[in-house]
Amino acid sequence: MNRTTVIENFEAAQLKNPSDVPDMRVGDTVDVHYRIIEGDKERVQRFQGVLISLKGRGINRMMTVRRIVANEGVERIFPVHSPRVGKIEVLRRADVRRAKLYYLRSRTGKSRRLREDRDEAPATKS
Amino acid sequence: MPAAIIGRKIGMTRHYTADGTHIPVTVIEAGPCAVTQVKTTENDGYSAVQLAFGEIKPRRSTMPQIGHDAKAGVSPRHVHREMRCATDDEATGFELGSTVDVKAFEGVKYVDVVGTSKGKGFAGQMKRHNFKGMCASHGTERKHRTGGSIGSHGTDRGHGAKIKKGKKMAGQMGNERVTVRSLDVIAIDVERNLLVVKGPVPGPNNGYLMVRAARRLYKRKAKKLS
Repeated sequence: MNRTTVIENFEAAQLKNPSDVPDMRVGDTVDVHYRIIEGDKERVQRFQGVLISLKGRGINRMMTVRRIVANEGVERIFPVHSPRVGKIEVLRRADVRRAKLYYLRSRTGKSRRLREDRDEAPATKS
Repeated sequence: MPAAIIGRKIGMTRHYTADGTHIPVTVIEAGPCAVTQVKTTENDGYSAVQLAFGEIKPRRSTMPQIGHDAKAGVSPRHVHREMRCATDDEATGFELGSTVDVKAFEGVKYVDVVGTSKGKGFAGQMKRHNFKGMCASHGTERKHRTGGSIGSHGTDRGHGAKIKKGKKMAGQMGNERVTVRSLDVIAIDVERNLLVVKGPVPGPNNGYLMVRAARRLYKRKAKKLS
């Protein structure tokens, strides 16, 4: 069997169900439920922000979420298929023209906002 | 013979455990291997089992090799490796022409992987031995990546007027036999002949490897087992 197929077969068992991963696009405002294990206790931490980058494919899929906490930009990178990442919700879809929104890092105030995409409402709005 | 097999490196990926920690893993296509020769003390002076792996077209093999494989009743194989056995009885327990597959590794926690590392060609001291090189400035001229002094020849502590053997200098790097010891076995897939181990193994993807049950564990891992 071909090399890539063998690797993909091995990874397939670990990938999340497609129905558990919403259709995310760069520019979306997302809410990531991240499981934190402290000793034997487990709790869920939510991280809400703008999805500024999606990279990698298959099991290596990574999402970068940026939010502003106390006037300070905070970015977290989540492996989409990690068992620690629980639910991902798409709250708002924006009309963006870039694949990576790194330019948001140098923006402050009103210019930080993204224009909402009114034609394409997010599928999993709750 | 403890569990041993010939395989092919498929490549690296990642593996998530149930609690979400991710482990870098290498997927190895391990076997199935054919037993092509059984060596005994009486015949050969020592006891061993020869395994063969990787089917090839007969025209890619040689006549003596094809004959050797045919004797065991198997099609021509690419690589042949001998695995030493402690006793004759152990060696004769393997039937000529029978197959050894990854099932032999069931229950094995740690393995050693032997392969040929990627060749880096003729490399300088900085790349080959992690030397620091010389200053970028302070009057250094044309000597930025040299290894520096290699010792005064006359006073080399009883070695005569010669440089010590094994002195670290520039030379061929890589393309040599490398053994990585005590790798954790993450998963075994008997159906697809896959062995998944933690961390990298020597050589390029599609390179041939020899995998055996760990011969001598690192202390930390030996403690974990006991």
